[in-house]
Amino acid sequence: MPPREGTYGLLAEFETPSDLVRAARQAREDGWRRLDCYSPYPLEEAAEAIGFHRNKVPLITLIGGLMGVAAMFLLETWISTLAYPVNIAGRPLYSWPAFIVPAYEWTILWAGLSAAFGMLALNGLPALYHPLFNAPNFRDGATTDKFFLCLEALDPKFDLIEARKYLEGLDPVSVVEVEY
Amino acid sequence: MATSDLKPRSPEYERWVDPATGEFRVIEQGQTFKSVTDKITRIVLTPHTPLGWFGMFAVFGALATVLLVAVTWLFLVGVGIWAITQPVAWGFAIINFVWWIGIGHAGTLISAILLLFKQGWRNSINRFAEAMTIFAVVCAGMFPLIHVGRPWLGYWLFPYPNTMTVWPQFRSPLLWDVFAVSTYATISVVFWYIGMVPDFGTMRDRAKTRLAQYCYGLIALGWRGSVRHWMRYETASLLLAGLATPLVLSVHTVISFDFAVAVLPGWHTTIFPPYFVAGAIYSGFAMVLTLAIPLRRFYHLEALVTERHIDNMGKVMLATGFIVAYGYGMEAFMAWYSASHWEWFMFWNRVFGPMGWSYWVLITCNLAIPLTTLWSRKLRTNISFMFFISIVVNTGMWFERFVIVVTSLYRDFLPSSWGTYRATKWDYMTYVGTLGLFTTLFLLFVRFLPMIPMSEIRLMLPGAKIKPKAVAGSGD
Repeated sequence: MPPREGTYGLLAEFETPSDLVRAARQAREDGWRRLDCYSPYPLEEAAEAIGFHRNKVPLITLIGGLMGVAAMFLLETWISTLAYPVNIAGRPLYSWPAFIVPAYEWTILWAGLSAAFGMLALNGLPALYHPLFNAPNFRDGATTDKFFLCLEALDPKFDLIEARKYLEGLDPVSVVEVEY
Repeated sequence: MATSDLKPRSPEYERWVDPATGEFRVIEQGQTFKSVTDKITRIVLTPHTPLGWFGMFAVFGALATVLLVAVTWLFLVGVGIWAITQPVAWGFAIINFVWWIGIGHAGTLISAILLLFKQGWRNSINRFAEAMTIFAVVCAGMFPLIHVGRPWLGYWLFPYPNTMTVWPQFRSPLLWDVFAVSTYATISVVFWYIGMVPDFGTMRDRAKTRLAQYCYGLIALGWRGSVRHWMRYETASLLLAGLATPLVLSVHTVISFDFAVAVLPGWHTTIFPPYFVAGAIYSGFAMVLTLAIPLRRFYHLEALVTERHIDNMGKVMLATGFIVAYGYGMEAFMAWYSASHWEWFMFWNRVFGPMGWSYWVLITCNLAIPLTTLWSRKLRTNISFMFFISIVVNTGMWFERFVIVVTSLYRDFLPSSWGTYRATKWDYMTYVGTLGLFTTLFLLFVRFLPMIPMSEIRLMLPGAKIKPKAVAGSGD
C-alpha cells in the first residue's frame, strides 16, 4: 500500500494539449517514471509520451469471448443430447448448426462484458476518492478544458523542492502540491 | 454535399470547409472546449426545466399510462382481448416487436459501425441515438413477454435447472430470439453507459448542487481522465463497437428467422435476413431524425447537430431504402419464379386481396415518397421536409411488418380456414402506449443525462489537434 498521508505529487497545469505532450515527453526523457497525464478527452500522444503503449483489454476480451462460446455450445449440447433429449421434427439430437446462433450471441455477450468490466478493473475504477480531486484547479478543468501532468511522490527521483523547480521549467500555467 | 459544389472562399465555403485542412466541418466554427461543455451541461444542470418539457412529459406520460391500463387488463383477462386468433395468430404484438427492435438498430449502427468507419460526424448524434436504441429495445422486449400469456413465467425461456427437469429446445428460432434480444439489450446498455462515464465526470465537476455532485459522482465511478485510463477506455470502446457490429446484424437476422424458418408462403424466403436488417436501419434513421429535429430546435443545438448531419442521415436512408426496395422486388420475383402455386397466390392476394391497401400504404411510404425525393440535396437539407419524411418512413416500416405478418397468415392453404384480421382497441392502446413509454423515457434522458458526448465532440475541435512543431525536438 502506498502511504496515505503527506504528498501525493506535484500537479502542473497546461493550457493546450501540445504543451502537455511536450512536457510529458521531456519528463519521461529526463528519467521520471511515476508520472501521469490527465486530459478531458483521449490523448494518445500523451500516453505514448509517458511510455504507455499497450494494454490488456484485448486479451481479456478474447478470453471472455472464448469462454462465452464454449459455455453456450456445451450447455446446448448437454441439454439436447443428455439432459433433455427430445425428437424435434426428426432432427438429430446433436443439431450443431442450430446451436451456433445462441453460441454466437453469447460470444458477443461475454466478450463485451469482459471488455467493459475488464477496462474498469484495469483502470482501478470505481474509485470515488482520489487525492487529485483535492486540487481545486484539477476539479475545475480536468474534465473540461485543462491539461495536467502529475509527478508522483513515489518516484525515486521525487523531492518536493527539486521537482517543483523541474516542473516550473516546463513552462506550465501553474504547479500545485497535492496532498493525500 | 460535395466539396466541388462550393466555390472556394465564398462565405458558404468558409462555413463548411476548414481552410487549414481542407476537410469538412462537422461542428460549426468558433466552438471551444469550454463552449461545447457549457452548452451540453447547461441543459442538464439548469435548475429551470423548460415549460415545454413539462408539456411534453404530461402528454407522453399520459400515453404511457394508457399502456399501463392496457397491460393491466391484459394480465387480468388474457391475450383474448387482442384480435389474435386463427388464422392470424400473430398480430400487433409481433408487428410492434419487430418494428421497435428495428428502430433500435440505427442507434447501434451510428454508435458502432460508423465509429469503426471513422465517421466523425456521428459523434454529435451518437449518444441520443444509443439512448433511442435502449428505449426501443425496452418497448420491443415487452411485446413477446406479454404475448406469452403468462409473463410471470417468462423466466422459463432461459435454461436453468428446475424441479420439472425441463429444458428449452435449442432448435427453435424463437429461443434464438431470446438470446439475441437479451444480448442486444445488455451490450447496448453497457456500451451506452461506458460511453457516458467520462461525461459523468464532467457533470460531477460542473454540478453546483450537492445532490447533483453526489449522483453524478457516483455514476462517474471516479473518472479523472488519466491518459492511461483513456487508452484502455478507447480500446474497450473500439472492441465494444467491433462486437456490437456483428451483433446488430445478427439480431434482426435472427428475428427474420422467426419467419423465414417457417414453411409459410410469404415467410419462407432467403432474402429475409438482409432485407430485415436494411429495413431496420431505414426505419431507425427515420426515428433518429424524428427525435433529432425537434431536439436541436428546442435546445438550440444547431451548431452541434448541423444540417450536414441531417443531410448524411438522408443519404443513409436513401441507400437502405433501395435495399428494401430490392427486397420487395425480389419477393415478387421469387413468388413468380418459384412456380409455386401457393407462393404466387399469396403474393397476388397480398397486393390485390382484401387487405391489399396495406401493401400500397407500404409502397407509398417506403418507396414512392422517400426514394424519389431524397436524391435532392435541397430537400435533404430542408429540415421540415426531413421531419415529414421521417414520419412517412416510420409509418411505412410499420406497415411493412403488418403486411409480412398479417397478409401471409389470413388466407392460408385451405380456403375453408381463411379469415381476416381487425385489431381491437386494446391492440391500439398497447401500441400507442409504447410510443408514450418510449418518448417518456427519452424525455427523462434529455433532462438528466448529457445527450451529446462531450469528450467525443472535444476531439473534433480545432484546439484538440497536437501541433507537431510544438512537441517536436524532444521526442524519443
